[in-house]
Amino acid sequence: MVKALVITGFGINCEEEMSAAFELAGAKATIVHLNEILQEDVSIHDFDILSFPGGFSFGDDLASGKVMANKIKYKRLPSGGVLIDEIKLFLSNGHFIIGVCNGFQMLVRMGLLPNLGLQFEPQATLSNNNSAKFEDRWVKCLVNPKSKSPFLKGVSHIDLPARHGEGKLIFIDEEVKEQIEQGALNCMSYCSPDGTPTDEYPYNPNGAELNCAGLISTDGQVFGLMPHPEAFLSKYNHPNWANMKRNSDSFNEEGDGLVFFKNIVEHIQTKTT
Amino acid sequence: MNSSIQLVLKPHIKDVKGIRVQKQCLDQLGIETGAVKSSSFFLIDYPASEDAIHSYAKDCILDIVTDEVLVNEIYQSTIYKSFIAVAQLPGVTDDEGISAQMAWVDYFNKEADVNTQHIFSQKVYYFENHIPEEALQKIAVRLLGNPLINKFSIGHSDNSGIFNWEPYMPKVIMTADDTVNLINIDLSDDALVKLSKEMVLALNLQEMKAIVDHYNDPSIIADREQKGLSKQPTDCEMEILGQTWSEHCKHKEFNAIIHYKNKETGEEITINSLFKTFIKGTTSVVQSSLEENKNDWLVKVFSDNAGVVKATDDRLFVWKVETHNSPSALDPYGGAITGILGNNRDPLGTGVGGGKLLFNTNVLCFGPPSYDKPLLKGQLHPRQIMEGVVSGIEDGGNKSGVPTVNGSIVFDERYSGKPLVYCGTGALMPYDYNGKASWEKPIDHGDRILVVGGRVGKDGIHGATFSSIEIDEHSPSSAVQIGSPITQKKVSDFMVKACALGLVKCSTDNGAGGLSSSIGELATISGGAIVQLDRVPLKYAGLKPWEIFVSESQERMSLVIEQDCVEPLMNLAKDMEVELTDIGSFTNSGYLDVRFGTKQVAYLQMDFLHEGVPQKIMYAEWEKPVLKEPKLHIDNHESILKDLLGSLNICSRESIIRQYDHEVKGRTIIKPLMGERGTSPQDAAVMRFGFDSFEGVAVSNGILPRYGDIDAYEMSAGAFDEAVRQIISVGGTLPNLSANDGVFWSVNDNFCVPDSEFHPENNPDGKMKLAKLVQMCQGLYDMATYFDIPLTSGKDSMKNDFKAEGVKISVPPTILYSMTAKVNDVRNTITSDFKKAGDIVYQLGETYNELGASELYKLFGVLGANVPVVRKEKAKELYISCTNANKDRLILSSHDMSDGGLVVTLAESCIGTSLGVDIDLKGLNSQLDDATLMYAESHSRFIVSVSPENVAAFEAVMKNRAYKIGVVTQTPSLVIRSGGTTILNVAVSELEESWKNGLVL
Repeated sequence: MVKALVITGFGINCEEEMSAAFELAGAKATIVHLNEILQEDVSIHDFDILSFPGGFSFGDDLASGKVMANKIKYKRLPSGGVLIDEIKLFLSNGHFIIGVCNGFQMLVRMGLLPNLGLQFEPQATLSNNNSAKFEDRWVKCLVNPKSKSPFLKGVSHIDLPARHGEGKLIFIDEEVKEQIEQGALNCMSYCSPDGTPTDEYPYNPNGAELNCAGLISTDGQVFGLMPHPEAFLSKYNHPNWANMKRNSDSFNEEGDGLVFFKNIVEHIQTKTT
Repeated sequence: MNSSIQLVLKPHIKDVKGIRVQKQCLDQLGIETGAVKSSSFFLIDYPASEDAIHSYAKDCILDIVTDEVLVNEIYQSTIYKSFIAVAQLPGVTDDEGISAQMAWVDYFNKEADVNTQHIFSQKVYYFENHIPEEALQKIAVRLLGNPLINKFSIGHSDNSGIFNWEPYMPKVIMTADDTVNLINIDLSDDALVKLSKEMVLALNLQEMKAIVDHYNDPSIIADREQKGLSKQPTDCEMEILGQTWSEHCKHKEFNAIIHYKNKETGEEITINSLFKTFIKGTTSVVQSSLEENKNDWLVKVFSDNAGVVKATDDRLFVWKVETHNSPSALDPYGGAITGILGNNRDPLGTGVGGGKLLFNTNVLCFGPPSYDKPLLKGQLHPRQIMEGVVSGIEDGGNKSGVPTVNGSIVFDERYSGKPLVYCGTGALMPYDYNGKASWEKPIDHGDRILVVGGRVGKDGIHGATFSSIEIDEHSPSSAVQIGSPITQKKVSDFMVKACALGLVKCSTDNGAGGLSSSIGELATISGGAIVQLDRVPLKYAGLKPWEIFVSESQERMSLVIEQDCVEPLMNLAKDMEVELTDIGSFTNSGYLDVRFGTKQVAYLQMDFLHEGVPQKIMYAEWEKPVLKEPKLHIDNHESILKDLLGSLNICSRESIIRQYDHEVKGRTIIKPLMGERGTSPQDAAVMRFGFDSFEGVAVSNGILPRYGDIDAYEMSAGAFDEAVRQIISVGGTLPNLSANDGVFWSVNDNFCVPDSEFHPENNPDGKMKLAKLVQMCQGLYDMATYFDIPLTSGKDSMKNDFKAEGVKISVPPTILYSMTAKVNDVRNTITSDFKKAGDIVYQLGETYNELGASELYKLFGVLGANVPVVRKEKAKELYISCTNANKDRLILSSHDMSDGGLVVTLAESCIGTSLGVDIDLKGLNSQLDDATLMYAESHSRFIVSVSPENVAAFEAVMKNRAYKIGVVTQTPSLVIRSGGTTILNVAVSELEESWKNGLVL
């Protein structure tokens, strides 16, 4: 059975729905406090997927995801190493990582995304929304058809809830931005209702460069996004579900957000069988 | 030596915080600032080399993409001419600093004390214009902070662009102090009253004398002598009595003997406790009625931190709503965030504890944001209060990962002194922990007392007593606190895990009165306790023993732990990085025994502590106000409708709602805004319990203070109906309709009233105010017992007055009903927006000649006389019919009719869709004039839409209570006809425009 590790603690708060997402996708999910990993009671190498859920780790102090990323990069494990090196090993073993919202922010601050040239250093940031406010609103996203990752298989557009105050993706320089575009690492874009990428507020809720809502690593193993697929596991999460139900004869109760989880679980299953 | 790190944004990065401050200065204060640059600043008093600070700054603090960093130097610029630096005052929560310490400890891999403050954060704003000092002060106190908790440094650059600024370090410097003083209470009556005021005990003469009598009792004197204690009480004992006997904790006015005279009817009655008669009394009647019908879901009412009902076979639903008004008047952000976090701790500490928080609600009452009267000393501007409270609720909910799913905002000038801030929390708790009932609170002699969470400081001393008196310009700033959601989240995660592991025997929250209340109350179960105050972890030295015992420092729980569970619990706490301390044990001695080392700090008889407070006697007198209906000339319906939609009590709350995360946990089914564009306003919220089933809960609120200006009974009954009908509207079912149907309802009642104790000079209309309170209680009783809807918990807040400079601003008597009800299948719930052109539109229920206190009348500046009256028999009959219609899925949209009446409801059902509606008032079959039909706010009505093929079936189920008034149209316009005459035809987009622009935040 595919095994997913869901990290929690220190203000992460979307671990239950993240766990439910993996379970509904057919995996076995285990919620683990980060300290259990840092104390080496739990090893990430016993899992196929590592997930960083959303929340407000350390209250978004210093910057969102920053203090948590710092722990992973610098805090010494009892065996002497640091967790980031274990994560590098985990990736080189071909495993997968997903980070949503605060989890995405951690991935970017740890240098796991976009990770051009495999330098594992920050090349982008997620900064204050242009509105200067936290906002909860559903957004329409376009999945970049050129992006390559098992997470994204078969998805073209998707509605998802965005819920953040620091979601504006900014790249460190033009060169990085160009490489991102060329490599189609900007795997999700905020769209207007007609489905085309936009910088117009509120369809693009934060003013992200390239209208970018999510990034994928060059090898397709690390996926991070601001909107919350794990909060759309049932169609009844959608703000317009009642209307869809009234006006459609083939109302499907499954939430669209489940697709990414199903994709990756299926991919690992096929790979291992 | 201290080090410093300053961050400023790189020039090409958009400074969104700066831009926001610039806009607020201009919009709210009329101050032109020019460009504003925001900056973060950290002062570090850990010893470290310059190199170490540099690498820490670069690796842990700096964002390499956006920031420039300055180490041990201060930003200088020739562009910016003025600055304001905002630091915390000593001892005020500084989460950013604490998180920077966590980064420090992790980065250097050092064992270090992260619980006391060594890194201090502050924010600095630089302004392009040379702004006069007075205007900078105004910006600081109105927009950037609060002098009660912040230290502002302001100034200007000199000619060479140098800011002459010495950063302020808010270090607490005090020495340990274990002084215990004796209090002389052998005093005259006047001197006793003075003593109570000086010590902020909030006790009246009668209560002070009860204390004097107790200490003069020969058996008590003998008792104390034996313990080596003086005849006089210690400071700590007086403080414990003040906390425990406070209105906040003992509800003395709700438990008073009230002599009530109704001059209208001549009726005179004596009420022995409003609480026992009307609140507990209601639930007893309801409980019998439920049990007769084998509905046994009522588990725990009024005897714990929150009400408990059975939600499913294996889960309990825990529900609590509280107010946090006084602290929110002093510091709106701090008051609201501690309000929501404090309320979250109630379900966490109900029964055994460890309830998982499911959702938050909030209902807020403010003065108008455009308030233009001169502000009194200590009074904050209503807009500043609103913005601060909203941010507090935002951070309290969002940072804890609890969705804020339902709420309401009421504006009335009488809330300009003291706002009302109601915070609600629903939680799920397992039915049992390893076979032990989760809702029970067993405590035995010998069980250990442990405290978990935040440390104790001087913040929050006298919160309970302070909230029991009116606010004036001398209110203590120590009552102000800033919550730390991250500290509490860690505690909350710990509680859930510890309880699930069976390590916790039971628990309670440390709220008002701090340890003195939490342990004082738990000790009633075992019959006593011994507390060692020297073991309580402190934020800094210098607290006297009594201060440690009564401080309300936040994010703490008190746990009852059996001896052999102490060690495993300590290990768990260490793993989860929460501080857990053993501070004593429970006994059956009959005494609350408090010590500091070997020093006896307090030794109080439990019986006297909890039963010794004398019952209050109060007087109420009702005289019906002379009111009449106005004669209005109403012709321009379009402009009236637009004005109504844009009015403060009706307009869109979207800008506020979006700041609250309403779908974290992924279980919210009906959110505050839904529909095609996600902007259609809804009635009740609906959440499912988990991912394993579609069972869930509907959540609503009812609050109608302006109706109380005409009739307090109908205000209360109407608010009750409003909350019930919202739940019916989304597809809920009344309780107890059939045997063992499992449909729980759980209601919290929250009264917020002005000082209602008669005093010839200070409160000449006190009897009338108290009479209104009595009538509100009568309304509650009549409604709840009729519908079999139980109250399970609640709170009263009695002195909501603001006094300064000889002026008193009192809130109108206000009651909020916060309702929750079981939804068997959330997939069958109903939203309020119209779904499809061609669907048939009905009004359910009847309109009466009831424009009194309506939003229409308010627009014309009149009150009127005909307040809406609840006809509960007709209401219940209609609600049952609605449920029957829903069983057959006949209703496609449903919106309850309230503020603004029919046309506002219709407009709201169109907003956010691309549809319109065409209505003929003749369908209502009424003799009333058009304006009354369009704007009256009669209760127990809905606007629903039904698909054309179901019309016959629907009408049959509704038994003449459904009035076919029109049809949903493809043309996005709201059309109202009266027979052949079109009286209104307006584009929905124009209505939406008015509705969206009513409130700017």
